[in-house]
Amino acid sequence: MQRYGGVVIRMQLNSSKNENISYVLGDRETVEQMMLTSALTPFHETVVNYLNEVSRILMADKNAKAYPDIITFAFWIRKASSIQLCQRFYQKDGNFYIGRGILFHIAPSNVPVNYAYSLVAGLLTGNANIVRIPSRDFPQINIINDALKEALKLISYKMLREYICLVRYGREQEVNDWFSSIADVRIIWGGDATIAEIRKSSLAPRAGEITFADRFSIAVIDSDNYLKNGDKKRIAEDFYNDTYLTDQNACTSPRIVVWVGKEKETAKKEFWDNLHELVERKYKFQPIQGINKLTSSYLAAVSQDNIKVEPQDDNLLIRVKVPRLFDGLMDLKDNSGYFFEYDCADILELRGLCDDKRCQTIAYVGDKEMLFPLLQTGIKGVDRIVPIGKTMDFDLIWDGYNLFERLTRQIDCQ
Amino acid sequence: MNFDEILQIPPYSLDKKDKEKLLTERLLELTEHHRENCQEYRCMLDAISYYGSKITSYYDLPFLPVRLFKELSLKSIPQEDIVKTMTSSGTSGQAVSKIYLDKVTSSNQQKTMVKIVSDFTGSGRMPMIILDCPSVVRDRKMFSARGAGILGFSIFGAKKIYALDDDMQLNVERLKEFLKIHSGQHILLFGFTFMIWQHFYKELVRLEKEGIRFDLSKGILIHGGGWKKLISEAVSPEEFHQRLKAVCGLNRIHDYYGMVEQTGCIYMQCEYGHLHASIYSDVIIRKPLDFCVCGIGQPGIIQVVSTIPESYPGHSLLTEDEGILLGEDDCPCGRKGKYFKVIGRLKDAEIRGCSDTYAAKFQ
Repeated sequence: MQRYGGVVIRMQLNSSKNENISYVLGDRETVEQMMLTSALTPFHETVVNYLNEVSRILMADKNAKAYPDIITFAFWIRKASSIQLCQRFYQKDGNFYIGRGILFHIAPSNVPVNYAYSLVAGLLTGNANIVRIPSRDFPQINIINDALKEALKLISYKMLREYICLVRYGREQEVNDWFSSIADVRIIWGGDATIAEIRKSSLAPRAGEITFADRFSIAVIDSDNYLKNGDKKRIAEDFYNDTYLTDQNACTSPRIVVWVGKEKETAKKEFWDNLHELVERKYKFQPIQGINKLTSSYLAAVSQDNIKVEPQDDNLLIRVKVPRLFDGLMDLKDNSGYFFEYDCADILELRGLCDDKRCQTIAYVGDKEMLFPLLQTGIKGVDRIVPIGKTMDFDLIWDGYNLFERLTRQIDCQ
Repeated sequence: MNFDEILQIPPYSLDKKDKEKLLTERLLELTEHHRENCQEYRCMLDAISYYGSKITSYYDLPFLPVRLFKELSLKSIPQEDIVKTMTSSGTSGQAVSKIYLDKVTSSNQQKTMVKIVSDFTGSGRMPMIILDCPSVVRDRKMFSARGAGILGFSIFGAKKIYALDDDMQLNVERLKEFLKIHSGQHILLFGFTFMIWQHFYKELVRLEKEGIRFDLSKGILIHGGGWKKLISEAVSPEEFHQRLKAVCGLNRIHDYYGMVEQTGCIYMQCEYGHLHASIYSDVIIRKPLDFCVCGIGQPGIIQVVSTIPESYPGHSLLTEDEGILLGEDDCPCGRKGKYFKVIGRLKDAEIRGCSDTYAAKFQ
């Protein structure tokens, strides 16, 4: 369906194609209702209270306790947290702000809770949401969906039913076409290939799109600052969460550790020893991963002279020391505990690496100001710098986009 | 140590100690040879700070993951010396291994195979039935693993026929006539496990219902290529043997384990169902977590070493197969050396994270 000057023109989905869609929350009617329903003001009271209710249900759910990603999510949607976001983003400048209408989200298939964050960003900004959730049956998804449904049953949140529709379907382009045609903003999580695939379905002329493409992230550690820190176990835990928790395969996971400062070697030993101890205890190692990382090490070795694979007692944590930050280094990256390492004398040596548009997050230990000279050189990459442990913290500014701005409309009132 | 000297030694005659000495000496030489002649290999050894001086056993030599032969063109000879390039059989779109052979390595592969296989079939050629179609070997410059296997084993055949036509149909008349001419003789049959099951065994079962039965009780079947495809049909090795025996009387059946990256050094299955390492090569089972050596009975990743490869640095490779060492020097069949079992391919990793998995479905 497309809207032209207030006239509703329905684009009918062939009913046989509709059978390919499995509605996890809501149904076909919900989608049709969305086309008629109004957008909301951002941080609408009902939405904020509803999310708080979902948070309450999740926090009380015994099954949810086993999943730190659910708990983090539940914490993020608390009323207090929403109010904070409102204060940060909702400008009281005399203009009117309103949701854009219908959002079509394509969530990444192998991160369990990402779809929920995307949905919440859409709700808080006042939009109706069609979310394609992962086809894999992650337990986290069932737990969160149950909470979303339960809260929707309450009479005070009944009106939100036409703002949430969660679906699963295969790769049928017809379905992508349909949802794309009615979307005011399309949000594609995933990678370059997914984006290319979804872009085969056209959007309405005024519709917008947010794409989260393939990115890589890096870590910069000031060795002297690290050595002064009394809580090295905490730093190891933080770095573990930034990397191993998502098999070091999220766009936010550091692939290289850049060492600055004087006491690099002492710091390295402590840092990696602490991390290794944690990995040994917590990480579920898969037999093929050792072979994968050995293969990647050798491929790196032939790409440049003087690459050194640090000797290790096992395959849990592989470190490959590079003598310089050459072009194409990040094409050699791997996951599941495979780290490049670089000894840096001057932060500007990172310019090439960070001038890459694919470079997303710099996670740091030390004073963030050490990075400022680098940012000031006008690099084309790097969308955020965050302390180690915070790379996965979701915010309405994400991957370089201000989602609040992208997902609302501003009515200019003069 | 010269490979010709090694070839003079019978394939299953050395015990652990003597074999270790022989392999250590030859494999150390090969490591140095490839370090000098293959730049990529040299970079890899440098990267892991391998200098070779302290090595006392071939167990401590570096090993390359077989996948590297898909990603890189690894060779220790000048381009003009290449006489054959062998490729692994991959489905279309998949990367294939490229193995470069010169005259010496190619001829040593064949000689080695003769030594190994003759130990099981007896020397002297036999009439041979290839359980495949002739088109597989038509392009002689680019050998697929299937083609290479067929050509490799063809040297054991005196008179040869292909049992299947190019449309993979069993040619009943051709087979009938061949068996008539050679009745009473021992006959060698060769093919790939899945092809045999799909296009030979199943057809024999069908023909039997029509009253046509072949007598292959004097046949010796050698087959390889793995069980992966048959697992989906729920056919175990034991059942494979029993059913073939039932339908055509085949009694001597030898599976083998081998790979295009180390052609020549195949691991033949003995009368007791064990795969055997000859003195020309060896298997080392390693723990996935730290690549430490596994003991008898402990499953792990199979590393293969071979004394043959001179034209490419493939004398020590880490496969993606899982296996178990069953014993060494004491198989009831009397052959010395290690005997083992292959469990199958390691599973691909299930990786979290937001990079594409959706995309993979479109390929």
